[in-house]
Amino acid sequence: MEKRVTFNERWLPYFLVAPQIVITLVFFFWPSGQAIFQSVITEDAFGGNTKFVWFDNFVHLFSDPGYFDSVRLTVAFSAMVASLGLAISLLLAVMADRVIRGATFYKMILVWPYAVAPAVAGVLWGFLFNPSVGVVAWMLSAIGIEFNYVVNGNQALILVVIAAVWNQVSYNFLFFLAGLQSIPKSLIEAAAIDGAGPGRRFWDIAFPLLSPTGFFLLVVNIIYAFFDTFGVVSALTSGGPGQSTNILVYKVYNDGFRGQDLGGSSAQSVILMAIVILLTFVQFRFIERRVHY
Amino acid sequence: MSHLILIIGVTVIAFPIWMTFVAATHTQEIMLKPPVPIWPGTHLFENIKLVLTEGYANRPGSVPLYITLTNSMIMALGVAIGKISISIISAFAIVYFRFPLRMLFFWAIFITLMLPIEVRIVPTYGVVASLGMLDSYPGLIIPLIASATATFLFRQFFLSVPDELAEAARVDGASPMRFFWDILLPMSRTSIAALFVIQFIYGWKQYLWPLLITTKESFYTVVMTVSRQANVVDAVPAWNLLMAMALLAMLPPVLVVVFMQRQFVRGLVETEK
Repeated sequence: MEKRVTFNERWLPYFLVAPQIVITLVFFFWPSGQAIFQSVITEDAFGGNTKFVWFDNFVHLFSDPGYFDSVRLTVAFSAMVASLGLAISLLLAVMADRVIRGATFYKMILVWPYAVAPAVAGVLWGFLFNPSVGVVAWMLSAIGIEFNYVVNGNQALILVVIAAVWNQVSYNFLFFLAGLQSIPKSLIEAAAIDGAGPGRRFWDIAFPLLSPTGFFLLVVNIIYAFFDTFGVVSALTSGGPGQSTNILVYKVYNDGFRGQDLGGSSAQSVILMAIVILLTFVQFRFIERRVHY
Repeated sequence: MSHLILIIGVTVIAFPIWMTFVAATHTQEIMLKPPVPIWPGTHLFENIKLVLTEGYANRPGSVPLYITLTNSMIMALGVAIGKISISIISAFAIVYFRFPLRMLFFWAIFITLMLPIEVRIVPTYGVVASLGMLDSYPGLIIPLIASATATFLFRQFFLSVPDELAEAARVDGASPMRFFWDILLPMSRTSIAALFVIQFIYGWKQYLWPLLITTKESFYTVVMTVSRQANVVDAVPAWNLLMAMALLAMLPPVLVVVFMQRQFVRGLVETEK
């Protein structure tokens, strides 16, 4: 889309785009270029001697079973976060769409988690499940379940999933609610007159009409689970115990800053960038299609 | 039935926040004996005052929270205002002017969309370090304002502004900047407000970036401080103080979300289009 009416100025437009372009070049293109550059060289520990090694860093990475463990973990983790997050928020949105009294109150509470930083959300859930004082851990032990996320890897993963889903529920909820409220009431009423019960009305009418919103949210949630959960993992488990919550975005940081493995970390960065670009592309293709609905 | 499910949902969602509040109202001794209370006590103001003026239990590396809260406020405002200012003028240039390299600039901005800083964290740190911007407000703020979402929002909005307005301004001999200040900017008020809410929260929630580039306590932000203190292994953790800190760390964005809910929802839905 283009404007028909434009202004004629020679230099002004360059001044106007300059701040954004300069910032983008310095803090986006330069580091991204560096990541690509560092992914094909090796450097000794003192930052001296750099050597061009072609794709050795990638070969090294791909021959490391630890990396594939992290890939598998991240995929499973994202699947859990996205499916649980979408299911819970859809249920809540459908209910909030039905009620008349108290809807504002429910909505006000349900948007709170959005305002909580992932790193703080991690601290909150860590407190609830703390093995010695956590109130939820205490309740679980009262019914015979010993929950200790500090030593048990599976339990640590479950806790990270819960905290990540909690943090993202508000966002999904608001989009589903907006989607539900844009469905014409006449459609629902017509189905009701024809004798369709609430369940039938939801699955046959509302659910298919919500599918564009649902698909959009699916992509957003996968991106969220892949990248924005860094704070949750860092605050709760630091990737542990062992490697049980060491998802890709945490591994990039851990290998780069703690392990000082710049080449390996950069190779991981390059792969992650490719994943984001791919996901963004999928999303845009989809949004373009949605415009034609 | 609907109310029942909603009440269960709301209770589960609100429970962590409630427990944070409760923990912040008790003394350290009570918070160390399980089962911990689930109803508030009477030490809220004492705990809040202590963390605001002294930080977490006087440990090394603990910072009075009034400093970190101020830093978070500066960072969140800086990110929100910075992002809005640079992107509104670049969107203006891209929509209302024809100039060589326009499409190149457009794509250069476009490609930054969605690429989170966590992904290229090591090299970005290197760049900021070599520019001497560690431990500074510009270092905290500027790398985060390189993102395309706001530019896109303004571009969409400008494209929907009727052409007659620009035409009239041209006929009357108004300069482009005059048109921008007197017509376009006032018309963008609601978009700016919506975007401001979203970007403020985004800036406030930052964790990894401030964690990496600040080494001086006077530049710590509140989110990273809370998380750091939680990770310090303590013989006798002061849960009451830690949760008082967490409470203060989430208060500003929660207030923004609750009191500016209309702008918030609008901003959320629009930035994703």
